[in-house]
Amino acid sequence: MSVSLNFSQFIPTIPFILQGIGVTLKIVASAALLGFAFGIVLALFKIGRIKLLTWLADLYTSIFRGTPLVLQLMIIYFGMPQMIGFEIEAFPAAVIAFGLNSAAYISEIIRAGILAVDSGQREAAMALGVPYPLMMRNIILPQAFKHILPALMNEFITLTKESAVVTVIGAMDIMRRAYIVGGDKYAFFEPLLIAGIIYYILVMILTMLGKVIEGRMRKSD
Amino acid sequence: MIKVVDLHKSFGKLDVLKGITVKIEQGEVVAIIGPSGSGKSTFLRCLNLLEQPTRGQIWIGSQEITNRQTDMMKVREKIGMVFQHFHLFPHMTVLENVTYAPIKVKGMSKSDAETQGMELLGKVGLVSKANEYPSRLSGGQKQRVAIARALAMSPEIMLFDEPTSALDPEMVKEVLEVMKSLAYTGMTMAVVTHEMGFAREVADRVLFLDGGQLIEDAPPNEFFASPKSKRAQEFLEKVL
Ligand SMILES: Nc1ncnc2c1ncn2[C@@H]1O[C@H](COP(=O)(O)OP(=O)(O)O)[C@@H](O)[C@H]1O
Ligand SMILES: [Mg+2]
Repeated sequence: MSVSLNFSQFIPTIPFILQGIGVTLKIVASAALLGFAFGIVLALFKIGRIKLLTWLADLYTSIFRGTPLVLQLMIIYFGMPQMIGFEIEAFPAAVIAFGLNSAAYISEIIRAGILAVDSGQREAAMALGVPYPLMMRNIILPQAFKHILPALMNEFITLTKESAVVTVIGAMDIMRRAYIVGGDKYAFFEPLLIAGIIYYILVMILTMLGKVIEGRMRKSD
Repeated sequence: MIKVVDLHKSFGKLDVLKGITVKIEQGEVVAIIGPSGSGKSTFLRCLNLLEQPTRGQIWIGSQEITNRQTDMMKVREKIGMVFQHFHLFPHMTVLENVTYAPIKVKGMSKSDAETQGMELLGKVGLVSKANEYPSRLSGGQKQRVAIARALAMSPEIMLFDEPTSALDPEMVKEVLEVMKSLAYTGMTMAVVTHEMGFAREVADRVLFLDGGQLIEDAPPNEFFASPKSKRAQEFLEKVL
């Protein structure tokens, strides 16, 4: 058996693969924002008193967690044009799919975080005459976020890694570029390894960032 | 003035308050005592609608707050409440705890709220802690901040639910002192307490609750010297 790895021929392709970082990060950041905002809304529905909204939010979560992400992505990119009558670009399709998917996970994290806040906080706010929306925004959610920051960071990291499936709809992310280079040179191992290293470094940076933010937020403990 | 007429409260099948009728005059301090589970907290929490009464009426001044049309938030602005476990906002500094509601609920300017906040912290002896987070305070200090936070809304009535029960013995006094001086300013106060000394010395009246009913309502000297009911006698024998 002969193992032949030749990295030198791939050095000129590295900048091309690196450009995928921007694409990946843009998709991940936009999807995270969408997922976070929508996740908060879903979480508020879940803990709210309106039964119909609770039911809808639970159903939503169950569907998005109960089906493969790559299927959701393909439905939005390949399937939706049939319904809405126009094509969707790969980038918005990816953001929508990842955003909607992570909203389901994030809403569960936030719901648990809200419920973990001592009920006395809510009572103290109510006793001061603080209206519900303000109480949520200024008193309950900030405390909930402190508890759930590690879980949120985890979700963000998962999203970064999972974003590699956008390659199936042709978005030019890290993964896709590595694959293209591999096809060019009839050698896939080296470019995929390079892609793997890039993902790993991204995840390490995100992990460190999470630790820093967490440390900052602990200042009041 | 607080007027309560035939107040009932049930949680599901459990009848916790079984028809309480009582009047608390402006500037009066009443101590509410009774065995654990007798409904003292529930009674207090009905007064600011943290619990919705099942039946009966409550007037605060000339307003019937049990009326469906009443704006609960507006009612709560007028009634301060202090809890056994303080419930300070842990992510805010002491001063922020005291200024939050005046700014956000009353629309006071930040600088006015801070001036007032520092004044109140002065009254409870905690000016030096203004920029600390609650986690850095002792229990007694936390409770004094909680009192200042409630006072910052300029309430007409203050409710206290066992304000010293969670404190180490050496911190009870500093909190009672603050409450005592508040009583002398003419604040209307309803205080659920196990501190019989406080009830005796500061309260104008003692309300004795048992089994969700108001069993006795008498001035402290009368109540402690010669409780009329058997249940009050038994209770006092246990706690004194
Ligand atoms: N939110 C609630 N749900 C169900 N039962 C409650 C609730 N709050 C209080 N109770 C019950 O009501 C009774 C009186 O409680 P409480 O008013 O706290 O008494 P106290 O303050 O005198 O100790 C207790 O049996 C308690 O378990
Ligand atoms: Mg109680």
